[in-house]
Amino acid sequence: MQEHTQLSHKQINDDLLVDILTVPKWWLPAVAFLSLIVLTGLGAFFFMMYHGLGVTGLNRPVMWGFFIANFVFWIGISHAGIMISAILRLTQAEWRRPITRAAEVMTVFSLIAALHTPLMHVGRPWRVLYWIFPYDFSRGIWPNIRSPFVWDPSAVGTYLIASSLFVFVCLIPDLAILRDRVKNPIGKKIYAQLALGFRGTPRQWRLQIIAGILLSALVLPVFVSVHSIVSWDFAVLIGVEGWRSTIFAPYFIIGAIHSGVSAVAMLMALSVWLYGLDKYIKPDHFDAIARLLIVVATTWFFFFFLEWVYALYTLESPEIALRELQAFEWPYGPLFAIFVITSFVIPVPMWLFKRVRRSAALMFWTTILVNIGMWLERFLIVIPGLLRRTHMTFDWGTYHPSIIEILIVVETFAFVCLGMLLFAKVLPLIPLFDIKEGMVNRRLIKVGRRVIPATIREGLPHHYYQEKH
Amino acid sequence: MAKRSVLGLYTEEDSAADALDNLREAGFEEDECEILTGVPYPEGTFGEAEPEHHLYRWPLIGAACGFTIALLITAGTELAYPLVTGGKPILSIPAMAIIMYEGSMLGAIIFTIIGIIFESRLPRIFMGAYSEKITEGHIGVTVTTDETRTDAAETALVKAGIDGEIIRGWE
Repeated sequence: MQEHTQLSHKQINDDLLVDILTVPKWWLPAVAFLSLIVLTGLGAFFFMMYHGLGVTGLNRPVMWGFFIANFVFWIGISHAGIMISAILRLTQAEWRRPITRAAEVMTVFSLIAALHTPLMHVGRPWRVLYWIFPYDFSRGIWPNIRSPFVWDPSAVGTYLIASSLFVFVCLIPDLAILRDRVKNPIGKKIYAQLALGFRGTPRQWRLQIIAGILLSALVLPVFVSVHSIVSWDFAVLIGVEGWRSTIFAPYFIIGAIHSGVSAVAMLMALSVWLYGLDKYIKPDHFDAIARLLIVVATTWFFFFFLEWVYALYTLESPEIALRELQAFEWPYGPLFAIFVITSFVIPVPMWLFKRVRRSAALMFWTTILVNIGMWLERFLIVIPGLLRRTHMTFDWGTYHPSIIEILIVVETFAFVCLGMLLFAKVLPLIPLFDIKEGMVNRRLIKVGRRVIPATIREGLPHHYYQEKH
Repeated sequence: MAKRSVLGLYTEEDSAADALDNLREAGFEEDECEILTGVPYPEGTFGEAEPEHHLYRWPLIGAACGFTIALLITAGTELAYPLVTGGKPILSIPAMAIIMYEGSMLGAIIFTIIGIIFESRLPRIFMGAYSEKITEGHIGVTVTTDETRTDAAETALVKAGIDGEIIRGWE
C-alpha cells in the first residue's frame, strides 16, 4: 500500500470521535426513519403472532419461505465480518486496520437479524425454548439433539456470544480513549466502567495484540461450523431434490464469504460518505478488498457450477425437473437470471479494472448487486425445492410472500442499519488504537530514488541485541 | 504503608526510555516502574522487561470445561428421553459431536476472554497517577512505591526531561 498520511494521535482522536462527541445533522432523521421501519416490522410480527401463520404465504408444500431465505442470507452476511477481520489479523495485513471494527460489529447485528426470522417463523417464539434447552422437568421432554434445529441454535448462539465478546475485548483501549475525552460526567462514568481501568501498560497492550490473534484463531473454526450447520438444515433432509447435496457446507460457506465481504465493502463506502472517513479508508483499501472479492466470487462460482454439474450429471428426472423449474419457469427463471448476473456476471468483470476497484461509488453499487443476487440465491434454494414436493393432489400449491413476511424481512435490513448507526453514535467504528499503531510502526524509507512508507512488524527479541551488541 | 504513584509525561520515545534507565539507576525495581502509552509500541521500545503471561492455558481449560458440559447435556438429554428412531442407537455420536464441538469452542472463547482480562490485571479500580494526555500521544512513566521514596522517583523522572508537571496519585 503506497498511500499514506501521517497523522498525530490527537488528530486521529478528533477525526474518529467527532461523530460520538457531536450529533451529525442527518443522524436523527435517519434513526427516526429506520426506527419506524423496525417498529412496523415488529407490528407485523405481533399481528402474525396473534392471528397465526395463516397470515403468511406459507402453505403446503412450501412451509419455508421468505423467513428462512432471509435467515440464511443474514447468517452469510454475519460471516464475512469476523472472517475478514480474523483472516486479516492472522495474516497481519496492514490494510485491515480501518475496517476490522465495522466488520465485527456488522457480524453481531447481522446475527441478531438472522435470529429474528426463524424465531418469527415458528409463530410462537417462546416454544423454541422447548427444543433448545433441557429444562422442561415437569413433562420430562428434552431437546432432540439429533435434529439440526438443535445444532443451529448451539452454533449460532456460540458465534453470537464469541463475536460479541471479541468486539468488546478489542474495544477496551478505545473505551479508555473515550473515558479520557468525554466531558459529560455520566458518559465519562459509563465509559470508565466499560474500559475496566485500562491504562495502556506494555502488559495490557501485549495481551490486547495476542487477544486479537488468539480470538481470531478460535472464532474462525466457529465461523466455518455455523454456516456448515445452517447448510445441513437442508442437506440432511431426505426427499427434497436440490437440498440433499454433499457440497452444501463449503458452497454455503463460500457464498457467505462472497455476500459478507461485499457487505463490508458497502460499509466502507458508506463510512466514507456518511462519516467523511476518506483520510482513513482510501482507494487502496477498496482496491485490496476488491482483489479479495475477485478470488472469493470466482471460488463461489466454481462451487455453484459444481452443484449444478452434480445435479445434472445423474440425469435423474426429479433433479432435472427441479433445475428446469429453478432456471426456466416463471417466476423463478427470471429471478435465477438476475441472481447469476448480479452476483457474478456484472461485478467480477468490473472488478478486473483498477478504476472500478479504487472507486468507492462503483464498489458500493457492485457490492449491492452481489447482495441482491445472494439473497435471491437463498430464495431459489429454499422455495423451488419445496415446491416440487407435491406427491398428493392436496399438496398442490405455490408460494406468494404476504405483506407481513415482506415487512418482517424489510425490518431485518432496517434493524442492522439502525444498529450500526446507534453503535457508531456511542463507539468508534474505526479502531483508534489500531490506526495509531499503524502510524507508529510506519516509517518512510528510501528505495533507490523513491521514498515509500514501510511497516515495521515487530522488533527483534532482546537476546538478539545482547548477542550482537 | 500506603503506596503512592508518580507519573512523568514525555513526548519522545527516547526520553521515556531515559526516564526508565534513570529510575533503574536510582534503585527502583522493574515491578515498581511502568510505561503507559496510548498505542501499542513494539516490545522493548523503552527497554522495559517483556511481560510474562499464561494466556495460552486459558482456552485449553475452557475447551475442556465446554466439552464436558456439552457431553453431559447431549448424553443426558438423550438418556433422559430414550426415543428410538429407525432402530438407531440412543446415543448418536455424530449429532453429539456437533454440539460438543460448539460447546468446546464456546468454553475456549469465554475462558480466553476471562484470561485476557485477568492477565491484563483488569479491572483496575484505582487509576493511580494517570493523565488523559496519554491517550493523545504522550508517553507516561509511572513509579509506584513507598511514600518515602517518591522524591527520588520524581528526581529521576524530571532528569529525563518531562513535559509539564509530575502527576501524583494514590494506589
